[in-house]
Amino acid sequence: MVRFLLNGLEEVCAAPPPDQTVLQWLRVQRRLTGSKEGCAEGDCGACTVVLAEPEGDGLRWRPANACILMMGQLHGRLLVTVEGLADGESLHPVQAAMVAHHASQCGFCTPGFVMSLFAAFRSGESARTSEIHDCVAGNLCRCTGYRPIVDAAADALSGSRDDRFSPLATDIATRLREIAAGPALSVETDAGRFLAPRSRSHLAAALAADPGARLIAGGTDLGLDVTKRRQPQRSLVSVNAVAELKTMEERDGALVIGAAVPYADALPRLAAIDPSIGVLLRRLGSRQIRALGTIGGNIANASPIGDTPPLLLALGASVTIGSAAGERAVSLDAFFTGYRRTVLRPGEFIDRISIPLPRPGDLVQVDKISRRFDQDISAVCGALFLRREGDRIALARVAFGGMAATPARATGVEAALTGAPVSRQTFENAAQALARDFKPIDDFRASAAYRLRAAENLFERWFLAATGALEAAE
Amino acid sequence: MSDRRSVVGKPLHHDSARQHVTGAAVYLDDMPEAAGCLHAALVKSPHAHARIVRIDASRALAEPGVVAFATAADVPGENEVGPIFHGEPALAVEVADYVGCPVGAVIATSHEAARRAADLVDIEWEPLPAILTIADAVAAESYVCAPQRLVFGDAASALARSPHRLSGGLDIGGQDHFYLETNIAMATPLDGGQWHVWSSTQHPTEVQKHVALVLGVPQAAVTAEVRRMGGGFGGKESQPTIIAAIAAICAHKTRRPVKLRLDRDDDMIVTGKRHDFRADWEVGFDDTGALIALKVRLATRAGNVADLSSAVMTRAICHVTNCYFVPNVEAVGLCCKTNTVSNTAFRGFGGPQGMLVGEAIIDQVARRLGRDRDEVRRANFYSPSRGLTTPYEQSVQDMIGAELTDKLEASADLAARRAEIASFNAGSRLRKRGLATAPVMFGISFNMPSLNQGGALVHVYTDGSIQANHGGTEMGQGLYTKVAQVVAETFGVAASVVTPTSTRTDKVPNTSATAASSGSDINGAAARNAALQIRARMADVAAQEWGVDAESVSFEDGTVTSGNHAMAFSELARLCWVRRVSLSATGFYATPGIHWNNATMKGNPFYYFAYGAAASEVEIDLLTGETRCLRTDIVHDCGYSLNPAIDLGQIEGGFVQGLGWLTMEELWWDGAGRLRTHAPSTYKIPGSRDTPPDFRVHILEDAPNRAETVFRSKAVGEPPLMLAMSVWLAIRDAIEAAGGDAEIDAPATPERILMAVETGRGAAPAPA
Repeated sequence: MVRFLLNGLEEVCAAPPPDQTVLQWLRVQRRLTGSKEGCAEGDCGACTVVLAEPEGDGLRWRPANACILMMGQLHGRLLVTVEGLADGESLHPVQAAMVAHHASQCGFCTPGFVMSLFAAFRSGESARTSEIHDCVAGNLCRCTGYRPIVDAAADALSGSRDDRFSPLATDIATRLREIAAGPALSVETDAGRFLAPRSRSHLAAALAADPGARLIAGGTDLGLDVTKRRQPQRSLVSVNAVAELKTMEERDGALVIGAAVPYADALPRLAAIDPSIGVLLRRLGSRQIRALGTIGGNIANASPIGDTPPLLLALGASVTIGSAAGERAVSLDAFFTGYRRTVLRPGEFIDRISIPLPRPGDLVQVDKISRRFDQDISAVCGALFLRREGDRIALARVAFGGMAATPARATGVEAALTGAPVSRQTFENAAQALARDFKPIDDFRASAAYRLRAAENLFERWFLAATGALEAAE
Repeated sequence: MSDRRSVVGKPLHHDSARQHVTGAAVYLDDMPEAAGCLHAALVKSPHAHARIVRIDASRALAEPGVVAFATAADVPGENEVGPIFHGEPALAVEVADYVGCPVGAVIATSHEAARRAADLVDIEWEPLPAILTIADAVAAESYVCAPQRLVFGDAASALARSPHRLSGGLDIGGQDHFYLETNIAMATPLDGGQWHVWSSTQHPTEVQKHVALVLGVPQAAVTAEVRRMGGGFGGKESQPTIIAAIAAICAHKTRRPVKLRLDRDDDMIVTGKRHDFRADWEVGFDDTGALIALKVRLATRAGNVADLSSAVMTRAICHVTNCYFVPNVEAVGLCCKTNTVSNTAFRGFGGPQGMLVGEAIIDQVARRLGRDRDEVRRANFYSPSRGLTTPYEQSVQDMIGAELTDKLEASADLAARRAEIASFNAGSRLRKRGLATAPVMFGISFNMPSLNQGGALVHVYTDGSIQANHGGTEMGQGLYTKVAQVVAETFGVAASVVTPTSTRTDKVPNTSATAASSGSDINGAAARNAALQIRARMADVAAQEWGVDAESVSFEDGTVTSGNHAMAFSELARLCWVRRVSLSATGFYATPGIHWNNATMKGNPFYYFAYGAAASEVEIDLLTGETRCLRTDIVHDCGYSLNPAIDLGQIEGGFVQGLGWLTMEELWWDGAGRLRTHAPSTYKIPGSRDTPPDFRVHILEDAPNRAETVFRSKAVGEPPLMLAMSVWLAIRDAIEAAGGDAEIDAPATPERILMAVETGRGAAPAPA
């Protein structure tokens, strides 16, 4: 059975189908209709709910898209919906600010905005405008033009953080820990099953027992198979309760990230490598997506337009694959075998990703080009790693997404850079090699011509970055 | 009309604000379903044009929960949903003529079961040749209605004698409404052959009419109802009729309530959008840039059927000269019949496309002459000396476009900023900035005079509470709040005393769509008319009671007074009941003085004009074409605003929606006529960070409407969208600063911008 707290009260779902979404359950089963379906793909935020789990003495609060969240993912968490915020007749400070600033018009997106702001409110986020934009980047409003919403957010995030959950947090954390101390989640129904093993070995065993099972981490991509492609999921095995897959550590000059670490947790560690990585990750999906989605999942999906693979390729990352048979390590270069295909075999899972940390003096630069700054999929995503010896380039790794059927290294470009001096000519040569490395396609995100030209132009930016002249040029 | 205002003009909150933020506002899909309610899912054409050879629903019908499958053969009445012309079926008959065209509906016990089973309906198709683009349709002379032609003066000979001539073309993309709530309807068979239909619609009467038609019952047997929509923007003017009609057909077949809710992808694939346009023009002008003659051909992709396209084209033609006097105009409008989804109403209704062509012309004339755009505008504005007659021969009596442009020039500090931008551009190799203004002059009233009527039904109850019903619908624009303010003002009570109720065709019949920005003009005036009737009766009762003249009775602050006499409004309401005086009235309003001749395209179609002006500053990235709007200043004319908070929301929201249309929103069809941007993952509307970080919006103060509108207010729904033309023009400005080819099409996506910049650099773009 799935055990969780709904707006503070214990909820037990005996046997939800493995692919039942939280939004469907809320709206149809539970008749809590405040959370809306706007897109059923995690892109509009109208269904935003907040999940909390124990952290330290209190709770960690994060927004999530209920439309692509499976019921099994609620186990051991607090689920807060828009119906749960007000204290009797007294509006939550976020709700009161939204009213005061005339921040709703048609009102359909409003519950989602309220929940995103509630997550920020509980998380102690600042009222800085840029953070408010980060906070609501996963929420679309078609009526207001956002100004009053941003004002409401600034207002709500400037005052006291007391709300009806303040006195409850400790108790909620205790109750969630009790659920976590109980048996591992295992739901078997006529419609299929949802397992959440607690250890690497149990995970391997579960997959060995049912090689047809699908792994679910954040479910932010898998959810689309359910809602968009209408593919029933009969057997899901979650990696989220596997503590060994949720660790991050530095080992032998590398940052080792467990495959089940959500983007939100990995972000500060990765951003510390280079600020451009922080910018990239804050543009990956939205807070709702980053709360659940994982780098392991981003790699395993092998989408040609995933945002992290180009970066990880440029950094020379490798992947450790686990299974009942043991472990094997694969360089990320060799991991992708074709459009949405990888070397993963039935029964295998990504255990961790190892990212060699750059040395002082190395240059890392990653650039994402998309139509909209926030929550858009790249037309092109390019990443550069350079190691210099004197004024020469000793080692270059360059990778792109959106330019081929998989995220891929630009080998001709790398050859043009390696051993060459750090000069404009070198970078121009490298840019010219791009057209030999890639034959991008025309589609609705961009034409082949644009992809190639914009990617070529990144070398201008990268040259300036390599010579420390980027800021001045802009 | 009294000048005293205690409720109108106040920035009251939206009447549903509290429900919005708590999730308690009930939208159609949130309503409890009647026992036995079924759910329908559409079966759609995968082909742009194909004959239906055979439909086999046996696999779908075998699925658990599936109850029935309905097609055109199940229509008991007439399979017809055309709002203007006939021949527009709800469900395809023999031939499907666009990708997404509804062919049938699977009816099941749950939404999910219906959707899954809809994938299992097997249809054998015989593909037919398809026309997908404007160019192909024009070549084939494939139109949904007769070409429109407006002639004013003699454009051909005036062109011939103009000192300067310039010709050009412009492609303008369409736009999906992307209301957050997708189309939905729920039809319920009632006792005695009657029907009730909930519909997320801007036009309940149209839903009622066509549900009656498809069911073969009188209109009187059908009640259509809507409490609120999760956004409309024109997308729920005619399209919900199709959805409601199909729900009704399914309910008729199963004799049970049926709900049909489109998911986002279906909504974007099946229902119409803003019309994309192709304009080709030739213009003659003098050394100052004053236009002498304009010949323009506007062609639009109407889609598979006419829907509202002819009216959209008329409005486009009427707005092509924006706020400029052009003495000789010849405009031709072609509504192309294509095998793509039928485009429909969208905020501005052709006005934005027409106006953008006019502004592109001003932009290009200014660039040709090397003059400032605003100088060229000043040489062209309607004025007593230059001319006040529009090409459709309406006399402009309220022109303030020039005044607003001057105001903006000062308040936005444009001269100093142009200098700053020039110095920024001189110092930046990778980024360039641009700054541009855009004036807007938008005609208010439906072009078709008969639509300019509003109705209301107001009840006062014996406890003094008031119910306000009217023909307008609430889609977030705050109409219910504004009408409540008008009614409250009339009775001298607080707005909270007035309860707005859902819009129902059995309360107010034969209504017009809540569209053309007319909602508060016609429904507010109708509600005031009803309230005044009741107030007069109440005043008589009070006058009798007190032995005073009814004229001396006043209604203020919840109290009715005359001299030393006073009683609470509620007390008087009760007294009226005791005296057997009716406390209910229907109100009506017909916009005065408007007329239009469709054949000559001449007349006085607009009661008045709404004006605005905007200045936007943008920055483009010369390496990627990415763009940001850095600052926007707006001065907008709302007359005496009924509710400045709501009007501000319309201005800001309209501007940002226009910014999306002109910069990032791109509808992308593949060669087979399939829309490939049919969800927010691929179709990008502006997010919060895309709004100008420096956004200064001012409602023009002390500017009563010269026309006698309700409390001298002005319509505000559509005009602000066009203020975003300033962003598009500023992008052109920035591209010019980068030495690129500034004359780009719309939307100005990063791709278009980069290619335009690269063209100018002499680096030929790689072949597409």
